[in-house]
Amino acid sequence: MNWVNVAVQGILLGGLYALFAVGLALVFGVMRLVNLAHGDLGILAAFVTLGLITHAHLGLTWAALLTIVVMFCAGYVLQRGLLNFTLGTDDTRPIVVTFGLAIIIQNTLLLAFSADEQGLEGGRITTASIHLGHQLAIGWYPLLVFIVAVAIIAGLQLFLNRTKMGRAFRATSDDREAAELMGMNNRHIYSLAMAVSLAIVAVAGIALAIRTTFDPTSGSFNLIFAFEAVIIGGIGSIWGTLVGGVILGLAQTLGAQAFGSGWAILCGDVVFLVILALRPRGFFARTVTA
Amino acid sequence: MSILEVRDVDVFYGDFQALFSISFTIEEGQTFAVIGANGAGKSTMLRTIAGLSRPRSGQILFEGEPVDHISAHKRVAMGISMVPEGRRVFPSLSVNENLQVGGYGGRKGDWNLESVYELFALLKPLAKRQAGSLSGGEQQALAIGRALMSNPRLVLLDEVSLGLAPVIIKRIYEAMVELPSRGTTILVVEQDVQHVLTVSDHVACFLEGRISLEGAPAELKSDDITAAYFGM
Amino acid sequence: MSTDGSLSAGGQAEPDARAAIPGFRVARSTRMHLYVLVVSLIIVVSLVSVPFWAQVGTTRTLITLFGLIALAQMWNLLAGFAGLISVGQQAYIGIGAYGVWLFADEFHLHPFIAVAAAGALAAIIALPIAPLLFRLRGGYFAIGTWVFAEVIRITVSNIQATGGGSGKTIVSAALLPIDTRIYGTYWVGLGVAVGSILIVYLLLRSKVGLALTAIRDNDLAAQSSGVNVFRSKLIVYVVAAFGCSAMGAVVALNLLRIQPAASFSVNWTAFAIFIVVIGGLGSIEGPILGAVLYFVLQQTLSQYGSTYFLLLGLLAVIMATKVPRGLWGLVVARWDLHLFPVRRGLVMSEPSAPPGQAAAVAKEPGPTAKPA
Repeated sequence: MNWVNVAVQGILLGGLYALFAVGLALVFGVMRLVNLAHGDLGILAAFVTLGLITHAHLGLTWAALLTIVVMFCAGYVLQRGLLNFTLGTDDTRPIVVTFGLAIIIQNTLLLAFSADEQGLEGGRITTASIHLGHQLAIGWYPLLVFIVAVAIIAGLQLFLNRTKMGRAFRATSDDREAAELMGMNNRHIYSLAMAVSLAIVAVAGIALAIRTTFDPTSGSFNLIFAFEAVIIGGIGSIWGTLVGGVILGLAQTLGAQAFGSGWAILCGDVVFLVILALRPRGFFARTVTA
Repeated sequence: MSILEVRDVDVFYGDFQALFSISFTIEEGQTFAVIGANGAGKSTMLRTIAGLSRPRSGQILFEGEPVDHISAHKRVAMGISMVPEGRRVFPSLSVNENLQVGGYGGRKGDWNLESVYELFALLKPLAKRQAGSLSGGEQQALAIGRALMSNPRLVLLDEVSLGLAPVIIKRIYEAMVELPSRGTTILVVEQDVQHVLTVSDHVACFLEGRISLEGAPAELKSDDITAAYFGM
Repeated sequence: MSTDGSLSAGGQAEPDARAAIPGFRVARSTRMHLYVLVVSLIIVVSLVSVPFWAQVGTTRTLITLFGLIALAQMWNLLAGFAGLISVGQQAYIGIGAYGVWLFADEFHLHPFIAVAAAGALAAIIALPIAPLLFRLRGGYFAIGTWVFAEVIRITVSNIQATGGGSGKTIVSAALLPIDTRIYGTYWVGLGVAVGSILIVYLLLRSKVGLALTAIRDNDLAAQSSGVNVFRSKLIVYVVAAFGCSAMGAVVALNLLRIQPAASFSVNWTAFAIFIVVIGGLGSIEGPILGAVLYFVLQQTLSQYGSTYFLLLGLLAVIMATKVPRGLWGLVVARWDLHLFPVRRGLVMSEPSAPPGQAAAVAKEPGPTAKPA
């Protein structure tokens, strides 16, 4: 029974990883940009929420909502003002610039908040759980995060399939120049995609911060987990990130159960490498994307 | 006032000059054909009018207004629409979605989903299919329909017959004849001269980045066209 | 390095035996490069003599510089010449650090021999890893290299034999007489730095260099015209693993301590990116220039911790967006100066022919359909 418990935890943890992954996948899909600052931007959002709670004395809900709006706007400005200028040249520039951005965010947070571990107080929900039988207990909070992840992914898929702007995202993803010939301003579309990506990673960062402690350097891990979820799920697939996240979450929690908690992350990495070796296109790769 | 005026346009790719001081004028409602061999600069001319390439010198006027500093996506809103070489439909989008994307700018006019499906009846049963799975001819019809969805004043057609079966080419050219009656001016680029001469009012032959011959098809002798085409 | 009148010698090319097209000669070396060679030799010889007259502190600090030069050359070889942007070279730096401990303390090789053994170990590990990582492209390749580095770091941190999270002291090196250790490490470090420059230079002049140029211009086209893209990238990746490992081994001998958090730190990549982006991506000169500049910056500013890193990040972003060819790129743009003869240039045999004629060779294909 204990193993079932651990597996359920792993699946729910996968929801959190999917939340980190989906923004990374969206931005890559629309503009072939791999944002190396993605994890750090999530942690930045957690610190923004923390700052709003401690300094502006907002409640968690309002602080979180405000953070999501702020990150949406920041994403637009970041893309329009900086990252757009790195695209369309060679691979090096966007990687160097987003890596530089990651270093800037980490060290700004270190200066502002020190290297201390922080936490966001989520209230009673973080400790409450549903008991099914004697041994199986599902935490309300991980379940809520998983539901939020599924809702966000479903919402994003619906947005891409059913709305005019969603079609514009997909058209730009297919053929940037042809999309321009349809009257789309790709700089605007890229910036909107980054805005959506950062709004979602803000949700991920805040969800992580309520779940566990965090510090200014936590971003790199989350970038790596997000990346692993994207590749396992298949590049270009939005639902694939959920599958990838769940596989990664399962590998980590089951690995920790089997070998000890020090091996959790390594088990996730190994499963990722094995899947990369056996199934390099992931489970749900779209045929079109590069 | 002419709908499009090209004045002394020079275009470069890096150090390579693709167009040398090109000038021509297109009147409203005309079907203007640009012919020439592969690499003569025809596609570059269209890309420059659409705003994908920038002239180093010279000017392009659309309805009397200079458009040189207007980006490609804004030219669509002004009424310039292009069917790019190689069709370039959005492969992962359905036929219907491709057409919807064509109407992204929201220009009002005769063309909408219904009228495009009427013009290209072959597309109607394919509405839900992924565009990437269509045949070349179907994709070409879709690409033209998609361009019409923006209700252009001027539509630029780049090599619409390239690599297509004669029966499809015939159908596309039949559709093309209908456009001027709906107030759409056409600039068509072709390597295949035969079809284009039958539908166009005016022909310009490009040779190594320059116009080597220009005139109404009826007034041009086929020997002169051959000479202008090959540079003999 | 000098920017004197020897520049004017740029036109006097020495013939290359491989030139085949009549009317043109493929030329790489010019008389200037002879001067560069002489100046370089003088610099290297003076550097060799440093331990005999300088203070121990200076000698040890210079080892850090050598490490930075080697690191930058290897990162630039990957990113600037093969288009492989790695953010995981710390994997091989750490393998070097732990490798030198392994071979010296456990297998009782002489610590300086162990540097080469550590390099070889990294190259052997890189061989099967490369094809796996090559399945990822661009930014995803970058994160993939990082995952690999994390895998090694976590493994090493969790194993008791390697000292776990607190690491190990390299005892055999610590037991060497102090002069032997510091002088020896210095010369080995100098060797690794000079070797890293030489190997990049030789690679670029070899067939691999030609293939890399083709790959950088157009991966697919290079592949379809018979260039073995995979093999060229594999060679570069393995060489970079060897170089980074040797460099990590030298740094470990200099510090005598190895620790997973430090040896496998992603900061190594941050330094490499910073140095190469500031100095100039895709040239041999740029990383050397960048390493020296960075070294000066580090000696003066690294005490400021986070502020210093913040500054590095900002500079990297600004340079990458505003000056993508780096400082050396500015030098090349201004004076067309190339200290290393790695570029192949077509030189007219008849001096009267105008240079523009070369472009006319690219004739356009004929029409595919006949006019009526």
